[in-house]
Amino acid sequence: MTFKNFTALYAQRVAQSDHARACEQREETSLTQTSEGVNGLTSVPALLQRNAAEFGDKAAYREKELGIWQNWTWSEAADEIDALALGLLTLGVAEGDFIAIIGRNRPYLYWAMVAVQSVGAVPVPLYSDASADEMAYVLDHCGARFVIAADQEQVDKVTDVQGGLSQFEQMIYLDPRGLRKYDHANLHQFSKVQDAGRAALSELMPELNRRREALNYDSICVMLYTSGTTGKPKGVVLSNRNIIETSRHSSEFDSLSAGEDILAYLPMAWVGDFIFSLGQAYWTGFCVNCPESVDTMMTDLREIGPTYYFAPPRVFETQLTTVMIRMEDATPMKKRMFDYFMGHAKKVGPAILDGETVSGFDKLKYKLGDLLVYGPLKNTLGFSRVRIGYTAGEAIGPEIFDFYRSLGINLKQLYGQTEASVFITQQPDGQVRSDTVGVPSPGVELKIAENGEVFYRSEGTFVEYYKNAESTADTKDPEGWVATGDAGFIEEGTGHLRIIDRAKDVANMSDGALFAPKYVENKLKFYPNILEAVVFGAGKDRCTAFINIDLTAVGNWAERNNIAYASYQELAGHPRVLETIQEHVETVNKSVAEDPMLSGCQVHRFLVLHKQLDADDGELTRTQKVRRKIIGEKFEDLVNALYNGSPEIYTETEVTYEDGRKGEISATLEIRDAAVVPVTASKIAAE
Amino acid sequence: MLDSTDSYVTEDGRTIGGVVMEMKNITLRFGGVVAIKDISFDIREGEIRAIIGPNGAGKSSMLNVISGFYVPQDGEVLFHGKPRPHMKPYEVAQQGIARTFQNIALFEGMTVLDNVMTGRLNKMNSGLLAQAIWRGKAEQEEIENREKAEKIIDFLEIQHIRKTPVARLPYGLKKRVELARALVSEPSILLLDEPMAGMNVEEKEDMSRFILDVNDEFGTTIALIEHDMGVVMDLSDRVVVMDYGKKIGDGTPSDIRNNQAVIDAYLGVAHD
Repeated sequence: MTFKNFTALYAQRVAQSDHARACEQREETSLTQTSEGVNGLTSVPALLQRNAAEFGDKAAYREKELGIWQNWTWSEAADEIDALALGLLTLGVAEGDFIAIIGRNRPYLYWAMVAVQSVGAVPVPLYSDASADEMAYVLDHCGARFVIAADQEQVDKVTDVQGGLSQFEQMIYLDPRGLRKYDHANLHQFSKVQDAGRAALSELMPELNRRREALNYDSICVMLYTSGTTGKPKGVVLSNRNIIETSRHSSEFDSLSAGEDILAYLPMAWVGDFIFSLGQAYWTGFCVNCPESVDTMMTDLREIGPTYYFAPPRVFETQLTTVMIRMEDATPMKKRMFDYFMGHAKKVGPAILDGETVSGFDKLKYKLGDLLVYGPLKNTLGFSRVRIGYTAGEAIGPEIFDFYRSLGINLKQLYGQTEASVFITQQPDGQVRSDTVGVPSPGVELKIAENGEVFYRSEGTFVEYYKNAESTADTKDPEGWVATGDAGFIEEGTGHLRIIDRAKDVANMSDGALFAPKYVENKLKFYPNILEAVVFGAGKDRCTAFINIDLTAVGNWAERNNIAYASYQELAGHPRVLETIQEHVETVNKSVAEDPMLSGCQVHRFLVLHKQLDADDGELTRTQKVRRKIIGEKFEDLVNALYNGSPEIYTETEVTYEDGRKGEISATLEIRDAAVVPVTASKIAAE
Repeated sequence: MLDSTDSYVTEDGRTIGGVVMEMKNITLRFGGVVAIKDISFDIREGEIRAIIGPNGAGKSSMLNVISGFYVPQDGEVLFHGKPRPHMKPYEVAQQGIARTFQNIALFEGMTVLDNVMTGRLNKMNSGLLAQAIWRGKAEQEEIENREKAEKIIDFLEIQHIRKTPVARLPYGLKKRVELARALVSEPSILLLDEPMAGMNVEEKEDMSRFILDVNDEFGTTIALIEHDMGVVMDLSDRVVVMDYGKKIGDGTPSDIRNNQAVIDAYLGVAHD
């Protein structure tokens, strides 16, 4: 059976709507928008000037520093940005230059993005945890003349590779610590650049104004590099139109106001952060709060109490695991209260949130629960004020999703891509489910190709891949339709999009049965004990899997059960851990077997990996997505062992430490067989 | 040979000044046991000075002599050229000398922030009454001291455990908190007793970086005892090697590496 048949069958079962056809008809209508921006606001710097005039005294940025939340109003932020922009002019930044920005979320770096735009250059934010070599590729590809780096660590990385960068000229750094003795010929401190800009105010202001006015709706707003599950990262060019239109539509969709507070903690190089912390923040004028350090994020979240919150599923999972672990330590009285009221919340919470009718008694009991359990719990999690929460990037476990919704947190799903300036579909209030990703976002058209691949078209659709016309043409057709690379279908009746898997990951097994790895992996990952899973089976007669344990959850379990361990590796190989994982795998097999389409994907054999999959080793992308092909190649010996029936395998693996040095670890891994449910899958496959 | 008032610039651009502390023919006995026997060396301003040696060599005793906790039976300690009388620990602290301990000596029940704040005790001058009613000078002082404490917390990257009781912290972090408490008193000389004992490689690297940064950023003179030879050789400007209470070597790391007496002490030779 081919992939095409599969989607056709799936469509029969859930019945594909006419939506796709409607979309195709709409293809005729032209997308071109003649109006140049809304109220002449055609660039982010223009939005900044409006905000400074309109919300002058309102907080625009906060950052916790020295234990205190420091505050900048919109007019103060505009001053800082102007000073930096003028400073960049003194350094000789030209229009059209690419300027890389590297660091964790800090107000100064967000200012840097807008200052760069103000002088007509293009900001290119980079992942701050990327290695020097990864940075070298991007810096060279975009030909960055300038780099704005957060601290010594980033300066060192760029210094290491600058020899190979023909266009690189100068670097600006934020935190002077450890940098005093460096050669400052091409190195400037952020505040000094601003000082130079302020000093040259009268002289250079006309030039700055000229450059700002030259920006239009189609000039480049930002260039973001995709994390790249396969191959080298690609530079996605997004115009002001892409960013501002998307921000406008999505802000209206959730009626975001200037009163929102968000916590900016996700990588600045990721498109989501750019839209939330810059696009939407500048469009609506809300406040962006930056944590004190990476480690204090949870504390800062509680202190700020954001009203609008975004996190990938992994963050929600971790938080839930932490709650559960801490509840285990609670007194019996509290534990019983928690269990009782959480049970009630599970029953009626989502209904109350969706505004459905619930009996008066249930409502009263929920109110009591809110007073005793939900309220305090939400406060601890930092979700007391969350009005809208989003999760995206990966499928979220239904239990996890329901847990947050039953507490009264309006957690929704969205589906997006860098190429779409995030939004493709999202869930409207009151239509939230864990198995769909929602309806097309305002201004987005959707169509499902014959082979099941999802296509979209919107004003957020990217301009091009930088210096890569070939890939651009492969992804985006002349009419503006962009291939997502994901297979999915639109549900009849609701019009919600459901994503099945990455189109290129879906394959056939040797007997023709359908192989959709993500489907099984997600089911496995919903167990708190399992952090990551990689399922193999394309072209094989049965499926096997690599499992990564979650050190927090399993470690806690080990402590409770008096299991001593000295390292991750030892814990991962412990017989009792393997037993637990085996139970999980077998439960998942049962659930997979219930789906006649995918029953062939049951996991026959598995092993628990001796190391955590890591982006530094190239096994995950910087956004924590599995790089299936690379893992398959790197651990070829293990994959073979899974298929040749050996009970254990000795392996040596090279690992990269955080400082870039390499080391080697070795382990003997036990391979276990998992019980599978016999199915008549071959019948379907034979069709 | 450098004179005691000369200064020089190191390869990595730091300026090392004249002698700030000088040990002259120190001998320390505990009853019949001679812990330190006729040792002389000096510490220059702004340098990182390491004292190394096998177990029982007398390193910690030497550090206690420097800090003024032990009074040697013979010899004298010159601080800024002047002989030092016997002093109480708080008087030592007032001179600008701070230390950490081999076995962590923090207030386990108190939070990290409170522990660090105790390092500022010497700088608080308001009276008991003012502190009790929390008015005027007392409040002002608390704000100033808290700011200093927060700067050090930021410097050592322990913001995330600011409000955590020390008892709940892992060993490596406790060591860092102890360093924070020593640093917050703004010492001119910092004595570190085995700052990296019991740490894993990653924690050692972090600690080494902090020690270098402290020296670089605040210009603090650092005297440290350490077992890990690799760390010592990388960190320090000059090294004193002790064995059985005697000094068997003194010089730059490369001098020490080629010193036969030191090699013997570490690799072991038959004592006749």
